[in-house]
Amino acid sequence: MAEIRIQNVWKTFGKVVAVKDVTLTVEDREFVILLGPSGCGKTTLLRCISGLEQVDRGTISIGGRDVTNLPPRRRGIAMVFQSYAVFPHMTVFDNIAFGLRMKKLPKDEIERRVRDAAALMHIEDLLDRYPAQLSGGQRQRVAVARAIAVQSEVLLMDEPLSNLDALLRLEMRAELKRLFTELETTVVYVTHDQVEAMSMGDRIAVMREGEILQFDTPVRVYDYPADRFIGGFIGNPPMNFLVADVEDGRVVVHGTPIEVPPLVLEHLKPPRTLVGIRAENIELFTEQQEGAIPVQVLVVEPLGSHNLVTARADGDIIKVNTPADLRLAPDQRVWIRFVPEKIRWFDAQTGKALPVDYQAVEAARVG
Amino acid sequence: MRRWSWSRVWLHVLAVLLALWVIVPIYLIAVAAFSPRDVIYKYPKPLFPTQVSLETMLFFIRSSGVLDSVRRSIVVALLTLAVSMAVGAPAGYALARYVFPGRDTFRIAIVSTRAFPIVILSIPLAVSFINLGLYDSVISVALMHTALALPFTILVTSSVFASVPVDLEEAAMTLGCSRLGAFWRISLPLTLPGLAAAAIFTFVLSWNEVFAAAILTLRNRTLPAHVLSVLNESPLPFRFAGGFFLLVPALIFMLFIRRYLFNLWGRVVR
Amino acid sequence: MTRKMNWEPYLLLLPSFFYLIFFFGWPMLQAFSLALRGEDGGWTLAHIQRMVNDTFFREAVITTIALIVAILPIQFLVALAMALVVNARPRGAGLFLYFYAVPLAISDLAAGIVWFAIFTQRGYLNTILQAIGLIEKPIIFLNYQKPLWVLMAIVIAEVWRATAIIMVILVAGLQSIPNDYLEAAEIFGAGLFERVTQIILPLLRPSLQVALILRTILAFQAFAVVVALAGQGATVLAKEAYKWYTDIRNPHVAAAYAGLIMVLSIATTVFYLRTLRTPEEVSL
Repeated sequence: MAEIRIQNVWKTFGKVVAVKDVTLTVEDREFVILLGPSGCGKTTLLRCISGLEQVDRGTISIGGRDVTNLPPRRRGIAMVFQSYAVFPHMTVFDNIAFGLRMKKLPKDEIERRVRDAAALMHIEDLLDRYPAQLSGGQRQRVAVARAIAVQSEVLLMDEPLSNLDALLRLEMRAELKRLFTELETTVVYVTHDQVEAMSMGDRIAVMREGEILQFDTPVRVYDYPADRFIGGFIGNPPMNFLVADVEDGRVVVHGTPIEVPPLVLEHLKPPRTLVGIRAENIELFTEQQEGAIPVQVLVVEPLGSHNLVTARADGDIIKVNTPADLRLAPDQRVWIRFVPEKIRWFDAQTGKALPVDYQAVEAARVG
Repeated sequence: MRRWSWSRVWLHVLAVLLALWVIVPIYLIAVAAFSPRDVIYKYPKPLFPTQVSLETMLFFIRSSGVLDSVRRSIVVALLTLAVSMAVGAPAGYALARYVFPGRDTFRIAIVSTRAFPIVILSIPLAVSFINLGLYDSVISVALMHTALALPFTILVTSSVFASVPVDLEEAAMTLGCSRLGAFWRISLPLTLPGLAAAAIFTFVLSWNEVFAAAILTLRNRTLPAHVLSVLNESPLPFRFAGGFFLLVPALIFMLFIRRYLFNLWGRVVR
Repeated sequence: MTRKMNWEPYLLLLPSFFYLIFFFGWPMLQAFSLALRGEDGGWTLAHIQRMVNDTFFREAVITTIALIVAILPIQFLVALAMALVVNARPRGAGLFLYFYAVPLAISDLAAGIVWFAIFTQRGYLNTILQAIGLIEKPIIFLNYQKPLWVLMAIVIAEVWRATAIIMVILVAGLQSIPNDYLEAAEIFGAGLFERVTQIILPLLRPSLQVALILRTILAFQAFAVVVALAGQGATVLAKEAYKWYTDIRNPHVAAAYAGLIMVLSIATTVFYLRTLRTPEEVSL
């Protein structure tokens, strides 16, 4: 059992607060992603878990054991580095065997485990090579094999795919996901790539400026961003945000009233609220429709499976997904309508999401 | 093969001329050092080694005091190398690996010692060494040479250690090594060639140094100090052979460390 | 905020720190104390006066500075030529670099002797000049009566020996200039001369500054080359310091010379740093 419990952890470098009072619990065998833009403290938090950084305040426990003051080697972790950190003066075999030799395992056991790990990563043929003779992708595999060979209960990964080219990254993403389902270890995985986060993690912790803003499943983080920043950071294109007027319990966007669920109605703060809607949840019409907002087409970008339309309504820029076969010309006047249950509501001042009744959401989905 | 443009031709002509400027004097002193003694006094001199002979070199080596001073020079250079590495390399490692208050100040202090004529300090040091009973000994020269080499050693070793990514040591630490273990198993093997180059350069620095050695010794002279003290009273064969003898280690050592030239000098200055 | 102080780096720095205090900081103070205090321990300018009033003082100061003024421009031209040649990657660039860098490891004494073999009356220069028919009988270059010839010989020997260090610094500096800049300049029509003066030299400024400081400091200590080539014929500051210490056995005046060299060195460094201030930051 290796659940990771992080409690009120602070870490500063000089005057910079890298991790700010973070509390987070990673369940046993869970795959958790730390996601955020560069400088958000995600790597620092990972390094605090690994013991490569000492926390200033707070505690970290792994598998119920307080490891706050233990050096990395006593924490029962393994780590994959962004730069791979494959030792250049050792063969692939010696690299993978390194951690096992540190544990003073018997020779045949080391041999067996190295071969197993190499087989899992499909690098059995490379065991005698030196890192200089390997491609970036192969070095990446060595780094992962080295980490899984020690069979630690916790595996930490610091942007392991960010140095690979796009195609390899896609391939490794699927492979790592399969691997971790098989291995049943607890994984903490740092990335700034929201696609990686969405596709791999059991849960995502979105960080900004040293704080965790939202910790939830990928679908929830995508569908119900906890605040405006997350909605903008996750998803491509980012979520559209529009300022709406609140008048006598009605919400009006660019002169068009839209439907408001009862729970949201309670929390609306006149005179304004922020409406969030994803590009794929907007319907676009070439003729005027009941309850649709008139907009002007600015740019049409064909993406193959669909088109991405950038449109303007007064000062607001709105991104809309349209079918690939719908022909639109720049400057054309069109009408858009938001899918009512996909509209997300935010406080206009703080940018925080208004309360959501998840039970009702789940019930509605099942029903 | 691509046809050579005129600018390429001129480039090579210039390159060769500049190389000749450096090499020809070395060649001439070598010719002189391996001529028999009577040829050395001859004029005009042969420009090519017509009669190769060890007579002149042997005359130099057998001159009184030379062999002893060679032995002392080697001892001093080895002591300098050992002490400056033992004292300087840890500091270089600290500068390369840790972020701590005072790091930049220390670094700047080390760099700015180069703005001081350190060898000149051998004069006040000599006075202190007399009081301490260290004067006229290999130890006194080695201590002075270490002071001369230390800033260099610190800066070079720091750049050598910095060339090994921190990640590698950290990876070793997550795989079961202590900090010291990670240094021993990862950083040391990877930096050994660079450290060796730094050590060789320290050796040459000490082997070549003449002012401080001449000030700090009286009877127990190092080779350069000995040659210097008798130079103006010595016959030509002694001077030529001595000049060549002093030069040889330089040529050999440069061959070994030429790959590290920029690790040694290029990065030190930036 | 930090809960624990990490003492490791300080422990690692400690030996160096103390070494430099004992063998660098302290002797420096000692030098001034020796130069400025009498046998009785009181402060005095007597040693300084003795140094200044000495017959050779003027000559030593003038020669030292004249050598610097004569040597540095030539050295920088030769070093720049070498660096540009190496950077242009001729065939066998590595070999050329090795040749150019060899003097880096040659001592000033050895260099002095090498050039003595060339300039001495029965030396190689006369042999060559006579062989090609320029002279009929050997010229005495290293003659006390012709101090300019002697100085010239010293200049040549110093240029030969001490250009390598500048060359290495400049090559390192050149390698840090992205080729894009030069290619861009070429696209916009800059010839070799323009590329050197408009792009390379301005970008090399920090390296040039470092090299200039290093070389000047070393030139103030010029010693063995002068002894080997000039014998008693010419003198410089370091040679006077040596003479006062070993021959005249007066450590006070020797220390006064040491102090003078130190003051001159620091003054020049400060002067260079102020006048050649690089746009971004001063990088010694």
